[in-house]
Amino acid sequence: MRYLFSASYFPGIQKLSSMSGKPRLTYINGRGRMEPVRWLLAAAGVEFEENFVETKEQLEKLIKGGDLLFQQVPMVEIDGMKMVQTRAILSYIAGKYNLYGKDLKERALIDMYVEGITDLMQMVMMFPFTPAEAKAKNLASIEEKATKRYFPVFEKILKQHGQDFLVGNRLSWADVQLLEAILAVEEKVPAVLSGFPQLQAFKTKMSNVPTIKKFLQPGSARKPPPDENYVALVMSIFNLS
Amino acid sequence: MQITAALLAAVPLGTAWRAGWARLGSAQFSSPQAGGGRHFVSSRCGNRKSEVMAGKPKLYYFDGRGKMESIRWLLAAAGVEFEEEFLETREQYEKLLQSGSLLFQQVPLVEIDGMKMVQTRAILNYIAAKYNLYGKDLKERALIDMYVEGTTDLMGLIMQLPLQSAEMREKNLALIIERAKTRYFPVYEKALKDHGHDYLVGNKFSWADIHLLEAILMVEECKPDILSAFPQLQAFKGRISNIPTIKKFLQPGSQRKPPADDKYIANVRKIFNI
Repeated sequence: MRYLFSASYFPGIQKLSSMSGKPRLTYINGRGRMEPVRWLLAAAGVEFEENFVETKEQLEKLIKGGDLLFQQVPMVEIDGMKMVQTRAILSYIAGKYNLYGKDLKERALIDMYVEGITDLMQMVMMFPFTPAEAKAKNLASIEEKATKRYFPVFEKILKQHGQDFLVGNRLSWADVQLLEAILAVEEKVPAVLSGFPQLQAFKTKMSNVPTIKKFLQPGSARKPPPDENYVALVMSIFNLS
Repeated sequence: MQITAALLAAVPLGTAWRAGWARLGSAQFSSPQAGGGRHFVSSRCGNRKSEVMAGKPKLYYFDGRGKMESIRWLLAAAGVEFEEEFLETREQYEKLLQSGSLLFQQVPLVEIDGMKMVQTRAILNYIAAKYNLYGKDLKERALIDMYVEGTTDLMGLIMQLPLQSAEMREKNLALIIERAKTRYFPVYEKALKDHGHDYLVGNKFSWADIHLLEAILMVEECKPDILSAFPQLQAFKGRISNIPTIKKFLQPGSQRKPPADDKYIANVRKIFNI
């Protein structure tokens, strides 16, 4: 039976990776703006492939090829679409894999939480590109925003309803995004959860969700924290000074 | 949704009652107030001015465009009347902060359907879905999202201009025009040309169309002839501007806000201590 479905049996068919139906992620070999997409697919138990952009020439070729709607990555090939714009991609995945709440109001809550977390993650994402003299100040700012603006909100929500998940007593995009943010901030500020017992419990529970546990193990598609090499690579590919 | 104790505790009583009346249209709940309320609505059909009946969304922001303007556009295009409370002093902002209404201590804030919604994108998503401007399925929504993210990026560049130095402003203005001409407008021009429909997605009016019109007009304020090489977009602009709700919004006296001026910027700086 497998023979019948091999690519060679059907002339003109696209290469095997598309036949497998797996989403294909095009980005640099690093976290950046693609990491939340990797998290969400992994949490949903969806296997995916990655196409790493390694040089400026490769990016230019992609742009010329017309695959990047606004000439930018991330780009995710999924369900016959070449999707761009991180938020659009994440919304689609969340909707498709039932991680977006059961109705409009739950979706509104998830959207609010995700947007807040995204603002915090944006600071973390930009941090490696901060000039050396501003790094200490930016780090302090991340810590302050995490502990005064964002984490208290989620601590309170979890305390008030006493449930394991942020919205609707069910795993959603918001939970996955929050876990990602907690871990990312902890990499920079190790004791950041010390005043947040609910978030500590949340972190443990979420980390033990089987799909997420798998993603957190070595050898998964999860990317390591950005280092100087990553920064240099991004600068060279995107022509940043 | 029921008028639960939690909801009443979370908002001043007046707002909860108004929100309750507003949900009568969806006939989704079973509290005693609903039965009596429905009768009240049917006997006062067409009287939208009564405050108790209205349940209008209420917008909290500065008296200026900023991040709230796209929300005004979307509500207006959907034919939804809304109220506005303008932040004019630091004290007012601090009072709002202390009230606990701002989930992440930020505006925009929109009170709608019993929720205190923050985060522009969350608010826009909710309004678009509620008023059937978000496509018919997941794939149409994906397209709308992609298009809207593009126009958001473009308008985001323009939004920064007033807060920049004269030198940065000139440089960024050139960037905005370049991006509009080579990165963003060609995409929408091609989409319209390829399918030949009046609207961007699914041959039906959607949030993507509203957002694109808003972006076109904003870029035109920077460079009036920006659409000279985009015939599809010129026609699109004409069509969408003539949709009755939008036409009304584009007329003087509507809640559409003017471009930022020095007075507006000075006020924002004062309120946020920038």
